Amino acid sequence: MHQLLNTLYVTTPEAYVRLDHDTLRVEVEGETKLQVPLHHLGALVCFGNVLLSPAVLHRCADDGRSVVLLDRNGRFKARIEGPVSGNVLLRKAQHAAVADSNRTLTIARNIVAGKVQNVRQIVLRAARETDDPQDSAQLTDTAQALANTLKLVETAADLDQLRGFEGEAARRHFATFSYMVREERTVFQLNGRSRRPPRDPINALLSFLYVLLLGDCVAAAEGVGLDPQIGFLHALRPGRPALGLDLMEELRSVIAERLALTLINRRQVTPKHFVERPGGAVSLNDDGRKEVIIAYQKRKQEEITHPVLEQKMPVGLIPHVQARLLARVLRGDLESYLPFLAR
Amino acid sequence: MDEDLIMLSALEHYSYCPRQCALIHMEQSFDENLFTLRGRALHEQVDEPEGVVEKGVRVERALPLWSNRLGLTGKADVVEFHGETPYPVEYKHGPRREKEHDDLQLCAQAMCLEEMTGQAVPKGAIFHHSSRRRREVEFTPVLRQKVEQSVTEIRVMLASRTLPPAVNDARCKNCSLQDSCLPSVTNEKKRLQRFASELFTVSTPVQEER
Repeated sequence: MHQLLNTLYVTTPEAYVRLDHDTLRVEVEGETKLQVPLHHLGALVCFGNVLLSPAVLHRCADDGRSVVLLDRNGRFKARIEGPVSGNVLLRKAQHAAVADSNRTLTIARNIVAGKVQNVRQIVLRAARETDDPQDSAQLTDTAQALANTLKLVETAADLDQLRGFEGEAARRHFATFSYMVREERTVFQLNGRSRRPPRDPINALLSFLYVLLLGDCVAAAEGVGLDPQIGFLHALRPGRPALGLDLMEELRSVIAERLALTLINRRQVTPKHFVERPGGAVSLNDDGRKEVIIAYQKRKQEEITHPVLEQKMPVGLIPHVQARLLARVLRGDLESYLPFLAR
Repeated sequence: MDEDLIMLSALEHYSYCPRQCALIHMEQSFDENLFTLRGRALHEQVDEPEGVVEKGVRVERALPLWSNRLGLTGKADVVEFHGETPYPVEYKHGPRREKEHDDLQLCAQAMCLEEMTGQAVPKGAIFHHSSRRRREVEFTPVLRQKVEQSVTEIRVMLASRTLPPAVNDARCKNCSLQDSCLPSVTNEKKRLQRFASELFTVSTPVQEER
């Protein structure tokens, strides 16, 4: 397996990133804060007003290292890419598959099944671990509902139906999400998903983690030569990385949601890490973002066994492996797409 | 590059594993890594002292080679000119491998040189970087025939645009394209079908802890 390289996240406003031989140097007000050898880095992610020298951009383009620009709140702004990489035959197969409603449905169905299975696992696990019988009962109910949805997913006749079942599973899941929270439950109360903007701390935390994960999924798609905008489950829309979102779907709960819960339940993220704007929009503050990024990086380094490959690997490589498995399906090497199932 | 031209390196890849050849030359999977590594290694070799070279022998490094007849293109690490007679030398970093892969590529280089210069190229050598030894290779009619045949097979394979199935044997351990090839996955249909069928199966609520 190829190596999981670090992502350098630059969050300090006005930081200047420059190339110094084979290292990146991060300077703040003329002072070197950090120096990292380039060969340790797979990607560079900058939040807000971070300056990058042209030499850094050229070098990253040469090496195929992605440079991602986000706004201060972590919303995606731009990705700077080198020459088009990958394989036109693979892309052509991807386009052909997306034009074939049967193949699209088969791939999308497996993705949703993976998502529902994984969500169900974290719900069951929380139900087992809680001491509160009422929480446990609520979560067990959700797990049962998810099991029922899974059966429906298998029979979905078209994409619309499938998306409906997926939405239903998500709604059920988020309806009892707060029962998995053990600390500061009055603050960390989630009443359904809210986005653009998130309107409570859990939503803010989840949204931020999803941004980080999506960036990794898009990079994984591009890394194996797939077009990140051509998705199967997610509708095609200009500017939307539909395939990145597809790859993320089965991993949301495994990587992002479980991490969100861990951060809250271990009190690594607390109410002081959030700001509420007039009108009710909630976001992480600078300290909160830093805390989450560090935890996310650590989570990516954790080793797990990939059930299909029967191989140990860091969590951060899962999106890459899944993108590769999908590429193999599209090129006719594999019969069906196998999502990552957490055990 | 012309659609029909085949890289000289494809011969070696094809001889080692047709799927590896297809992954590199058709799928272009992870080829950047492979080629950058190769390129870098080649540059390092430029400074290698060539103790074996005799006086009066002209040495050309990274010499572009081609054959219109075979539709081949590529580069030779080193071509020595013994008088008018070209003598290709291919550098290999690793320890000695099965020689047929190397010999095939070297012979193809010789056939290019013959077409380019009009001179007969009867012999060449493989230089093993680790042992610092040369092994001389004679370009026999059998070997030449093998080159012709491989070129035809590669052309057919590339034109078909389909990947040969993965082999998943001892070769895979030394292959740099494992990530892309996924040999352990692509040739285990039964196991994967089981995975696919379990995808919609609801597990019992009692789960073992991870």
